[in-house]
Amino acid sequence: MRKYTPKDNVQGKSYYTDRYWVAPRVPRHEVEADSHFADVVKVLGRLAKESYVEIEQLVVHIDATKVFDVMQKLKETCGYTQCSEQSAVDYLAKDGEFELFYQLLSITEAKRVRVVCRIKEGEAVESIEPLFKSANFAEREMFDMFGIKVNNHPFLKRILMPDDWEGHPLLKTYPMIGDEFASWYEVDKIFGKEYRDVIGPENRDPARVDRYDTKRFSRVGYEVPFDADISEGEKEQAIEYSETVLVDYTKSSKQLDERR
Amino acid sequence: MQQPNKLTPFFENLNFERDDNTMVINFGPQHPSAHGQLRLVLELDGEQVVKAYPDIGYLHRGIEKMAENMTYNEFLPTTDRLDYSAATSNNYAFSLAVEKLLGIEAPRRAQVIRTMLLELNRVIGHLFFIATHALDVGAMSVFLYAFREREFAMDLMEDYCGARLTHSAVRIGGVPLDLPKDWINNMIAFCDKVDYELEHTYDALLKENRIWKMRLEDVGVISAEDALSWGCTGPMLRGSGVNWDIRKEEPYELYSELDFDIPTSDRCDSYGRYRIYMEEMKQSTRIIRQLVPMYKKSEPQLMAHAPQYISAPKEEIMTQNYALMQHFVLVTQGMRPPKGEVYVPTESPKGELGFYIKSEGEPYAYRLKCRAPSFFHTGLLQEILVGTYIADVVTIIGTTNIVFGEVDR
Repeated sequence: MRKYTPKDNVQGKSYYTDRYWVAPRVPRHEVEADSHFADVVKVLGRLAKESYVEIEQLVVHIDATKVFDVMQKLKETCGYTQCSEQSAVDYLAKDGEFELFYQLLSITEAKRVRVVCRIKEGEAVESIEPLFKSANFAEREMFDMFGIKVNNHPFLKRILMPDDWEGHPLLKTYPMIGDEFASWYEVDKIFGKEYRDVIGPENRDPARVDRYDTKRFSRVGYEVPFDADISEGEKEQAIEYSETVLVDYTKSSKQLDERR
Repeated sequence: MQQPNKLTPFFENLNFERDDNTMVINFGPQHPSAHGQLRLVLELDGEQVVKAYPDIGYLHRGIEKMAENMTYNEFLPTTDRLDYSAATSNNYAFSLAVEKLLGIEAPRRAQVIRTMLLELNRVIGHLFFIATHALDVGAMSVFLYAFREREFAMDLMEDYCGARLTHSAVRIGGVPLDLPKDWINNMIAFCDKVDYELEHTYDALLKENRIWKMRLEDVGVISAEDALSWGCTGPMLRGSGVNWDIRKEEPYELYSELDFDIPTSDRCDSYGRYRIYMEEMKQSTRIIRQLVPMYKKSEPQLMAHAPQYISAPKEEIMTQNYALMQHFVLVTQGMRPPKGEVYVPTESPKGELGFYIKSEGEPYAYRLKCRAPSFFHTGLLQEILVGTYIADVVTIIGTTNIVFGEVDR
C-alpha cells in the first residue's frame, strides 16, 4: 500500500528513514538533592508537575493556568530576574496542543530554568508582562507566529508580519513558501485585485527557472539575444531541465474570495 | 485633512498635526540613523517624545521557519544573516547548540580557532558600533577611522574563510580549515594596530570630547532592574552596573582558561555603554594574544570524531569505504540528533545570543528559536524614548546597537 503522507505537517521531512531506527533521547537527570535546583523545585511545591535536569538546565512542567503564579514565585523567591526567551512549539498534529516554554535566568546563581506548559488549540495563556517586560515583545511574537492569544497583554498585535496578514507562519500546517493568501498579498496590495489576471500569483520558489525569460540570468543552455521572444519555439538542445511546477491559483476552484 | 484616492494615497507623514498639539512622525523605515529597517512611530509634544512605538518586521525572512525545513548543516549558512555585522558569532552559537544536543565537543585546535574568530568578530562588531554610533551623533571622522580598522579585520576573516561578511567559518563539530600561513602574525599585527588606534585615535577623538560627552552623558538612562526586566544583555546590561557576562559566568569554549576582565559601568547612560564597548575591544585583543601559544601547543585535529553525526576527514573518505558510506548518508539525509531540547546561550557582541532547539530525532529541527539580543533591546525603546528629546532618539537607537538581521529574523 502507498505510504500516507500527513497533510497536517507540511514541513521538511527526511526522504528515507530506516524502518528499524529508533531515535535515542538526550538523558534527563533527576534533580540532585541539596542542589540549587532542588530548592527551586521545593519552592514550587505542587505547582511543578514534573521536573528534571536536561543539558545543565532545570526543566519544570506546570499547568498552563498556573503560569503567572509560577513565574511570580520564581522571580520573587528564587531570584530568576530575567526571562530570556519565551515561545511555543506546535504539537497540534500529534496532540492537538501547543507547548509553551519560558526560559528564565538567575544572575546571582548563574543558573537557568525552563518552565514548560501545554495548552489546547484556541486556549489563551496569562501574560507575564507585569513581571518581565521582555515578555511584551516575546508574547507578541508568539501570537504572531502561532496565533496563541495572551490574556492581559498591554498591546497584543502582530509584530513581524503585516497587520492584515492571514495565517500564522510557524504553524506546521503553513508551507514554507507561503499559502494562497501570501501569493496574492503583494499583488492585491500594490496593484489591486483587478490586476490578478495580468500579473499572476507571486512565486516564492527560490530555485525557479523561467524558461522563456531572456532578460535575466536564469536561462539554461544556449545563448539568445537579450529580450528575444522565444515563446514560439526554441532550438533543440541537449540539456534538459525541469520547469517549476507553478500552482495556478487563478484556475483553482478554491478561490480566495469564496473562502471568505 | 487628506482625501486619499488611488493617485494620491494616504501619507502618514503628512497628517501629523493633532488636536491636542502633539505631532506623530514616522522615524524610518528608511532613515539613515534607524540602523536598518526600524520604523519608529513617535508622538511628539514640541521636541519631546510622548510616546514611542517601534514597528519591526521589515526584514523578516522567516529564518525560524527555514530552520524547520533544512537539515542542521544546511541551516548553518543561514545563521550568518542574523547579526551580519559579526557573522561568526551566530554560526558559533548555532553550532554550539547542536553540539550540546549531540553531546560532542570540538577538538582543542578547533576550540582555539573558534575562540580567536569569536573575539575577532567581537572587535569587528564593536568597531562597526562605534563607527555608526559616532556617525549618528555627528562625528564623521570616527566612522572613517573605524571602518579602516574593520577592513583589516575583514581581510583577516577573508584570509581564513574566503568571505568577508557572511563567514560560515564554524562548522558543527569544529572548524573546516586550519589557520593559513602567516595568519597569526597578521592577527597579532592587527591586535597591535587596534590597541594603538583605540588609545590614539578613538579615545583621543571621543573620550574627553566635549560635544560627544554632551550628547551621550545622561542620555538613555536604564536602571539595572529595568534592564533585567526588559531582557537586556551584553553591554546594555553591563552599562547598568550588572556584572554579567556569559563568557565568565557560564563559560564555553576556552573562556574558563583565559584571563580577561569584564568592564562594567554604573553610569547607566549611553556614555557608560560607549566606554564598555571600547574596553571590551581591548579585552578581546588581550584574549587573542593569549590564544596564540595555545594554538601552537594543540594537536592538528579540526573536526570532532563522531562518525554517526559528522563526516570523517577528507582523506579517510577518499580511502576508506565505510567513511565514504557514512559521508554519503550524512550529506544526503543529514545528521539525526537525539530527541530532546536544548537552550544554549552565548555572549555575542550584542548580548546573549541563544538557540533553543527542539529535536524529535529527525534530520530537521522540530522547532528552532533564535533568542536574539537586539530583539529585546528594540522592545526597550518604547520605554526609554519617552520623555527624551528628538535629537537624543538617534543617540539612544545607536547606543542599543540593534542589528535588524537578528531583530526581524
